[in-house]
Amino acid sequence: MHSNKKITEFNMLIVGTGGQGQITLLQVLAEAALIENLDFKSSELHGLSQRGGSVEVHIRFGKQIYSPMVSAGKADLILGLEMQESLMAANFAGLKTNFLVNKYIVPIPLQKNLSEKELLNQLKRIGKDVFLVPATEICQKELGTNVVAGIYLISLASFKKLIPIRPDSILKAMKKIIPEKYLELNLKALNLALNQ
Amino acid sequence: MFENILQNKTEKKVILLGNEAIIRGALEVGVDFVSTYPGTPASEIGDIFFKLSQSKDYKGYFEFSTNEKVALEAGIGASFSGLKTLVAMKNFGANVALDALIPFVYTGSKGPTVILVADDPSCHSSAQSEENSRGLAYLAHIPILEPSDPQECKDFVKLAFQISEKFKIPVIIRTTTRVAHQRALVKLEKIKIGRAAGFFKKDPKKFVTLPPRVLEMKKELLEKIEKIREFSEKSEINRRINRGRVSISSKVGIITSGVSYLYVMEVLKEFNLKLPLLKLGFFYPLSEKKIQNFIKNLKKVLIAEELEPYLEKEVERLAKEVNCKLEIIGKKLLPEVGELRPEIVASAIAKFTNDKLKIENFALQNFCKTKTWESDKLKIPRRSPRLCPGCPYWLVISAIKKVLRHGSGQAVKDVIFGGEIGCYMLFGTLAVNMQDYLSCMGSSVGIAHGIQKATGQKLITFVGDSSFFHSGIPALINTVFNKSNPLIIILENQTTAMTGHQPHPGAPVFPNGIKIENIVQACGVKHFKVIDPINQKEFVDTVKSFLEKPEVSVIISRRPCIQIKK
Repeated sequence: MHSNKKITEFNMLIVGTGGQGQITLLQVLAEAALIENLDFKSSELHGLSQRGGSVEVHIRFGKQIYSPMVSAGKADLILGLEMQESLMAANFAGLKTNFLVNKYIVPIPLQKNLSEKELLNQLKRIGKDVFLVPATEICQKELGTNVVAGIYLISLASFKKLIPIRPDSILKAMKKIIPEKYLELNLKALNLALNQ
Repeated sequence: MFENILQNKTEKKVILLGNEAIIRGALEVGVDFVSTYPGTPASEIGDIFFKLSQSKDYKGYFEFSTNEKVALEAGIGASFSGLKTLVAMKNFGANVALDALIPFVYTGSKGPTVILVADDPSCHSSAQSEENSRGLAYLAHIPILEPSDPQECKDFVKLAFQISEKFKIPVIIRTTTRVAHQRALVKLEKIKIGRAAGFFKKDPKKFVTLPPRVLEMKKELLEKIEKIREFSEKSEINRRINRGRVSISSKVGIITSGVSYLYVMEVLKEFNLKLPLLKLGFFYPLSEKKIQNFIKNLKKVLIAEELEPYLEKEVERLAKEVNCKLEIIGKKLLPEVGELRPEIVASAIAKFTNDKLKIENFALQNFCKTKTWESDKLKIPRRSPRLCPGCPYWLVISAIKKVLRHGSGQAVKDVIFGGEIGCYMLFGTLAVNMQDYLSCMGSSVGIAHGIQKATGQKLITFVGDSSFFHSGIPALINTVFNKSNPLIIILENQTTAMTGHQPHPGAPVFPNGIKIENIVQACGVKHFKVIDPINQKEFVDTVKSFLEKPEVSVIISRRPCIQIKK
């Protein structure tokens, strides 16, 4: 097990399209970082850009964090809720960047879209390791809804140590952040990730 | 999070968004009166106060005003009546409010008053311009404080109330998107409960701006600003920061403020650089002595600021008196367009300290993989925002497209479309392609009138219901008064959708809301009709018929936003 005393900093982006719950995921991770006594900063965008457009949030935690934004080339993890959006975040990727990507494509109307294969090939050239996980499909199949695909992915990232935050901190944070009526479903998504 | 903002535990650290920290700061001083018009990146301030104002425990007053000028005027009235007042708006709102702002700084505040103005470098949530509201300081002689993070948002709001109380002057807190929408830990202090129970005591000498008194007021204001400058010289929010053991003989330094400060600190940490740094919390009045002390023994100084080089120009001026050989570097290395980002500041600092080649190598090494990727020039399609599925505006688009397809004559085919600020800005996207000009709120009708007068061409202009109340009405009256004939389509979706569904005067959440058709009729418009755009045939026929009218015509397209319908 890692000890967070040793993390100097961790830089992460969550990217996807508007309405995929990036801000909730950010709030859960922020709360989890607080539980682990880490300094924390994040940046997000609100407003019209969220109407089906690209949404990118930045999360940084560690010993002492100043900038709310991740530097180009410096992400430790890019968590992509959608494949094309994951590639669009490529300027944040560098030599040490892992990609954890939902095997899920939301087509962009009226434009030439990249195929799953092309996207995966490009991501592999950019990132250190690329983990493609059919989170939307798994959640739909096992839980009957895909709205918790993001929670599934951050839980998985924690279990697989792609994020240096313990699963129990994520669990505690979820209990604090997620409204009561959705909590059970979200906890199921976390458990589903545990059993992968 | 609502609970975090309200919990009354002190000394506890919670995670707050910059805007939430501003609210918390106002609550900790016991704000009595809050008014706003929604605008991103300031919208959450109104949203949360609105929610608060609906709870019984909250004794303060809150309103969504019809526009920012009206919001500020309401705030001025509250301040004149002795209340602690907060008025919040985005940068363009400050333009609307400017007419009321300048005389308010002359009269000064009675109840302490803070005005929050949120800028949006890079225009993440702004259409019309990339505005730097720091310029208001020069126009209005109003103190401006610039926080960097949520903790400072809270602290600076409290300080701003103190300054306002002490010097009887309104104070602006200027944030930017990366401050307003930044989450970080904030230490809580006790909340004080405000209440809207003021009293207006007559004092024409203070509250009436008229010559010759107004010129005396200006003189008093300038004197006041010099007193505040002395306060600013002593204030800890303008401070020298030594990261690590900075050698006294260091000949290079950095001056910075706002979110740029965070990027500078991040870069100094990463490069392990030990440079003296001057962080300015006051943009106006500037701590001139502190700046002069900081620069007098330097050879070179980097001014790390976003957008226009206001600070850089001030430092150039101040250096003339104490160090005329000082090399002042700012916009030579940093862009004037677009927000700063940590890597932009890293590259600037690397170049600024050019003796340290290692730094550049270090930066390059980290970016090399990115650069390779960029050179591939892989075309990734850009995902633009679009109208929601089920948005009633789709029905309006569909009806107008039908008119264009089957319309008689070239004039109809060449009709000019006036755009405006709201979700319907997306009429400009490729898929819809119905937006031939776009400017500020309320302008679609005003500009249509001018085009029509200048050319006689046919126009259809769109205006949202919230925008119509905000600033569309005078322009509508002008089309009647000065006789032009655009077809104005008021998109009544019964909410202020784009900024997060805030109510407006015609919204059904208020019983007996104002009916737009009554206003249109009272303005003297002869041809107007309220249509649910689901009735396509009626809509199409009305557009066709109204385009033939020699006078102005109005269709009120009434169908609620799909998001509030849910």
